[in-house]
Amino acid sequence: MSAFRKWAIAFGVLLLGRKKRQPRVVDRPRIVPPGEPDPRAEWLVLLLLLLAAAAAVGFIVVYSFNHLAHQTQYLGLALGLALAFVAVALIVVGKRLVVTEELEEDYSLPHSTAQEELQQLVDESGDRFTRKRLLLAGGTAAAGAIGAALVVPALSLGPLFDTGALYETPWRRGVRLVDEHGKPLLLDEIERETFYTAYAQGADKELLGAPVVVVRFEPSQLHLPAARRDWAPGGVVAYSKICTHAGCAIALFRKPTFPVVEPGPALICPCHYSTFDPTRAAKVIFGPAGRPLPQLPLAVDANGVLRAAGNFSGPVGPAWSGVRSKPPRNPS
Amino acid sequence: MRRALAVLVVALALPAAAGAQPGVGVKAKTGKGLYAGYCLSCHGVDGSGVISTSHPKGVLDLRGLGPPLRGVGAQAADFYLTTGYMPLADPHDQPRHTKSPFDKQEIAALVAYVASLGKGPKVPRPQPRLGDLSQGQSLFTEHCAGCHQIVAEGGYVTNAVAPPLHQATPVQIAEAVRIGPYLMPKFPVSQISDAQLNSIIAYVQWAKHPDDPGGWSIGRIGPVPEGLVAWLIGAAALVGCCLLIGRRFQR
Repeated sequence: MSAFRKWAIAFGVLLLGRKKRQPRVVDRPRIVPPGEPDPRAEWLVLLLLLLAAAAAVGFIVVYSFNHLAHQTQYLGLALGLALAFVAVALIVVGKRLVVTEELEEDYSLPHSTAQEELQQLVDESGDRFTRKRLLLAGGTAAAGAIGAALVVPALSLGPLFDTGALYETPWRRGVRLVDEHGKPLLLDEIERETFYTAYAQGADKELLGAPVVVVRFEPSQLHLPAARRDWAPGGVVAYSKICTHAGCAIALFRKPTFPVVEPGPALICPCHYSTFDPTRAAKVIFGPAGRPLPQLPLAVDANGVLRAAGNFSGPVGPAWSGVRSKPPRNPS
Repeated sequence: MRRALAVLVVALALPAAAGAQPGVGVKAKTGKGLYAGYCLSCHGVDGSGVISTSHPKGVLDLRGLGPPLRGVGAQAADFYLTTGYMPLADPHDQPRHTKSPFDKQEIAALVAYVASLGKGPKVPRPQPRLGDLSQGQSLFTEHCAGCHQIVAEGGYVTNAVAPPLHQATPVQIAEAVRIGPYLMPKFPVSQISDAQLNSIIAYVQWAKHPDDPGGWSIGRIGPVPEGLVAWLIGAAALVGCCLLIGRRFQR
């Protein structure tokens, strides 16, 4: 405890000591030619800094929305505007407020008077600023807001937000598999050596959990874990169409014409070539994906229509903090 | 000295290995004769296939491996022969679009022979003129562009190349969609109807010479070259800005 107090006192003394600045030498002649104050430029700088702050706040506001059309574009626009306003403010400061003069001089040995001269030079260069505090406050506002805008997205990494919705999928026992036009998929119509995209009947197709990719094999070709033996009626398997790496759609199906010499069947994501083996419960056989595609257990009803026999084997889509902690569920 | 000798031996052996391809020196003109010369060592007697390396060696001692051809029909034979996919020097290679060693009559004779091995689909007769370009684009996007890229520039799947379609004829496209050559999935009529296939072919024909609304195709392969060009222009603009900022006002 005493050590902590010592440190705190030492830190306070340091802060106080730093605040006391040497009084400026007034009786020395000026080095920098005096410039006219330019209040209009100062107001302009202040306005630009506040605009930058407003744009950065705009970024945070846009980011806080859950679903917004063209959100990415607005985010880029807001941050870009904030940085552009700061840049213009600095340009105005440099062009119209800081006294500029070009001098040529040989390097001299470091000397205390030379250092004082430099200090004086810096101080006098700021002579034209009449509202220093106001501008400083503007600068702080812009820097603070932009800093916050850069930091806020990091909140999405943490457990602050409720990730419950990410576990939700529309699949439950009995939900029919339909094609993009809403027509139910019949077991007998599913052919081998091709692939189908199906959706949960009645669900929004845009939901990450809705689309599945359906492929058919000879039942003898499938090597599913023992617990999933009944998940593939007639050799038909269904996996989430959303890649577990970055959430792209599994759009590629590789099927060998002559398996003796050709690579085996695979579901492939075109974004980063994550490759999954559909005959082995979508095990990752290549690429950056960290876990297999969630498998949807299937069943066939009396009319030969493919139906889900439950929810996915795991959460759908790219990973988030604690992705493996809970099984997928249905929205309540 | 020993190394020099080894290089010499390899140099002598290479042309000999290159010459050891099926069918070299075959004079036959009939389908069956050509088949015996060029195809038999991999596809077996009467298209029965060679599915194991323990099979006796074929013509010229080649260790052939190939799928059976009974029932594939004229459709598959026409596709693999007109594209030059077959004959293939090494059964482990991916077949590529090359110039066929056969002339038109020889291809026709071979196709007729393979078709006679078993009942199979005929060569399709697509009519891209009846197709709808806009529908073709959306179908191509949905079924084909994942591998072949949106303007059919080709791409990759793991372990293989999805070929560009610049040289594909309408008949070859129709055949490929139905048979799914090499690692491509096949698309039965229940997935892509003949009318939809016409539209897809119409779109591929258009994509061979697209409009390039930007005026500059930049390879038509997407964000990498486009980004490169944007960066080059952007970097020049940034340098210009720096120069402008650093310039003094003339008072």
